[in-house]
Amino acid sequence: MNTSDVRLDTDVLVVGGGPAGCWAAWNAAANGASVVLIEKGYVGTSGATAAGNTTTIYTRRGTTERAATVAQRVRLGHGFTEPERVERVLDRTLHNLDLLAEWGYDFPTYEDGRPYRGMLRGPDYLRFMRQKLIKARVKVIDHCPVEELLVSEGMAAGAIARSRRTGEALYISAGAVVIATGGCAFMSGALGTNNLTGDGYLIAAEAGAVLSGMEFSAQYGISPAYSSVTKGVVYFWGTFSDEAGNVLTAPGDRQSVVASELIKGPVYAILDKASPRLQEGFRKGQPNIFVPFDRMGIDPFTQRFPITLRHEGTVRGTGGLKIDNRAGTTVPGLFAAGDAATRQAMFGASTGGGGPNSSWAMATGSWAGEDAVRFVRSLGKNWRSRSVRTAAERPPTRPSGASTDIEAVLDIVKQQMLPLDKGYFRNQKSLSDTEHLLSDLWHDESWRTGRASKVREAEALIATSRWATASALLRKESRGLQRRTDFPDANPVLSRTIDTGGTDLIWTSFHNRAQASAAS
Amino acid sequence: MIEIVSVDRCIKCDLCVDACPDNVFDAVPNAAPVIARQDDCQTCFLCELFCPTDALYVSPLSETIEGSTEQDLLARGIFGSFRREMGWQNAKPRGTAGDLSYRIFETGTITP
Ligand SMILES: Cc1cc2nc3c(=O)[nH]c(=O)nc-3n(C[C@H](O)[C@H](O)[C@H](O)COP(=O)(O)OP(=O)(O)OC[C@H]3O[C@@H](n4cnc5c(N)ncnc54)[C@H](O)[C@@H]3O)c2cc1C
Ligand code: SF4
Ligand code: SF4
Repeated sequence: MNTSDVRLDTDVLVVGGGPAGCWAAWNAAANGASVVLIEKGYVGTSGATAAGNTTTIYTRRGTTERAATVAQRVRLGHGFTEPERVERVLDRTLHNLDLLAEWGYDFPTYEDGRPYRGMLRGPDYLRFMRQKLIKARVKVIDHCPVEELLVSEGMAAGAIARSRRTGEALYISAGAVVIATGGCAFMSGALGTNNLTGDGYLIAAEAGAVLSGMEFSAQYGISPAYSSVTKGVVYFWGTFSDEAGNVLTAPGDRQSVVASELIKGPVYAILDKASPRLQEGFRKGQPNIFVPFDRMGIDPFTQRFPITLRHEGTVRGTGGLKIDNRAGTTVPGLFAAGDAATRQAMFGASTGGGGPNSSWAMATGSWAGEDAVRFVRSLGKNWRSRSVRTAAERPPTRPSGASTDIEAVLDIVKQQMLPLDKGYFRNQKSLSDTEHLLSDLWHDESWRTGRASKVREAEALIATSRWATASALLRKESRGLQRRTDFPDANPVLSRTIDTGGTDLIWTSFHNRAQASAAS
Repeated sequence: MIEIVSVDRCIKCDLCVDACPDNVFDAVPNAAPVIARQDDCQTCFLCELFCPTDALYVSPLSETIEGSTEQDLLARGIFGSFRREMGWQNAKPRGTAGDLSYRIFETGTITP
C-alpha cells in the first residue's frame, strides 16, 4: 500500500450507484448503519436507468392490474418465474414509489388528476436519490471503480477501488458488501451501458460467489442504426421493412424477425401506427428518444429510418449472481441487487425490460440494504480488527512496459459476443469456438499492462462472456432468450436453472429442482 | 458523441466534468473543460442537462463524428434542445410532472 493511498471503514459498502445501489444505501442508512456508496461513474448519471427513462410497475396486490402483470411474467418466464416472488417484488416497489412521492418526487398525473407513478425519468430519479442519500449521511464517492473484493475467513469484508482521476487506491473495509454494479452489455454501445462491464460479477466470483442464468443474456435492443438509443417501446407501434421497402411479415417476436433480416441486409422502421395522441405522449415522456431524431432531421412517425440491434446482455437479460429469496449471495456478508443479481425468479428466461427490471432493482436493493445491516450486527463489536485479504487471484497489472492496445483486446471479445449469428442465434460450433478463444485470451498475460482500471474492465468482460458462453453450451435447447439453431425447441427435462462460476477454470452445472424450491 | 464545448457560452463551472459518467472531460484551470476522451463517450446526452448555459452539444451519432459547427447548431437552435424538452433549469431537475408516458399503456397494447 502506498502512503498516498486512502483508507476508509464503514458498516456497509455499496458498490454501484444505479437504482439498486441507491435503494440499498438508503435502506442501510435508515437502519442505522454507516454507509459508503462507491461508483465507477457519477451517482445520478451512470448506469442503465440514468440514461433511459424507466417504466416501473405500480400495482396493488389483489387487483386485476397486479394479476395481469404476474400472469404475464409466469407466461414469459418459461418455467422459472415464482409468482410469489413477483408479488413480493411488486409489493416493495409500490412501497418505494409511495415513499418517493412522500419525499416530494414530482410525479405526473393522469388527465383526470389521479397520480401516475408508473414512470421514473432516469436522470431526475437518480438525482433525487443522490440528494436523499447525502441527507441520510451516506458517503457518496464518484469516479472510483471498485477493482477487488476484500475477504476475511470466507466472508466479504470490503473492497479496493481506484480513482479514475488520480489513480489513487482506496481501501475500504466493511462489515458487509452490496454488489449493485448492474449488468453487462458487452460494450455494445447500447444506451447507458458503457460502465456496465460485469465488474461486480468478477469480483464476487473471485470470492467464490455463484452465478446463475447466464445463458439468458442474449437480449438485444432495437436502436436507429447510427444511434445508442435502444429504447424499444416505440417499435410496438412501428412497421419494419427491408431495403426495397417490403414489409417484414414473418411470424414470431419482433426482435427475432428483425435479427433474421439484419443478418441478410439493412432493416428500416417507421412508427406509423402511433396515434397523434400517443405521439404527443411519447414526445412529452421520452425526450431522449425524440431529441436525437430531431437532431438528425428525421420524423420517425412519417419517415423510414435504418435500425440495428444492440446487445443488452444481462442488463435486460436475466443472468447474474445467484441470490436467496431476498438478496444474499452464496458468500456470507455479500449481497447482490438489481441487474447484478440473477432475475430468473421474476422473469425467467425472458427480458425484464419495460417495468420488471426497475421494480426488481428497487425491491432487491432495499432488501440488500436491510440484510447487510443485519449481517454487520451479527458480527459483534470487533469486526473492524479482523484481518482481511484481497480475493483477486491474479497477479497485479504491470503498470510499466509497452502499453498494449486494450481496445484491440475488447474488440476480440466484442467480435465473439455481439454478432447476431453468434450472440443472438447460437449453436454448438459457434459457442465452442468462442469458448476456446476467450479461454486463451483470459490465460494470456501479455495484454495485461498499462492502466489497471482498463485491464480490470477487460477481465470482467472476458469472464462474463465465458460464463454466458459456457452456460449456453450446457443448455442444449431453445428457451426464451437462449436461441440454439441446433436445438430449436424447448426440452421439458431442462426446465432447471444453470449455475456457473470460477475464473481460471469455468464450471457449469444444472441445478436440481428440489434445491431450487428449497432455496426459494 | 460529445462534439462541442462552446468556449463562448461556457462559464467554467465544471459541472459537466463531474456529472459525465464516463469521465470524458478534463477540467482546465481558468478555462472551459476539454473533451479529453471522446472515445469513452456513451452518447447519453446527460452532460447537456447539467450545463447551466447550454454550452455542450452531443451529436446523435454514437459511432461516427458528425462534424457540426457551432454556427450551424446555433442557427438551427439546437444548443440546449434536450434540456428544454426535459424541462431542466440551471442544472436542476424540473419537468417530470409534465410526463405523458401513461398514454403508452392506455390502449392495452402493452402491459408493464
Ligand atoms: C435503454 C434502456 C432502457 C431501459 N428501460 C427500462 C424500463 O423502461 N423499465 C425497466 O424496468 N427497465 C428498463 N431497463 C433496465 C433497467 O435500466 C435496469 O434493469 C436498471 O438500471 C438496473 O439497475 P441497477 O442499479 O442494477 O444497475 P444500473 O442502473 O446499470 O447501475 C449500475 C451502476 O454500477 C456502476 N458500476 C459498474 N461497475 C462498477 C465498479 N466496478 N465500481 C463501482 N461502480 C460500478 C455503474 O457505473 C452504474 O452506475 C432499461 C435498460 C436500458 C439499457
Ligand atoms: S454524452 Fe454522456 S458520456 Fe458523453 S460526454 Fe456527455 S455525459 Fe459524458
Ligand atoms: S457545465 Fe457547461 S458551463 Fe459548466 S463547465 Fe461544463 S460546459 Fe462550461
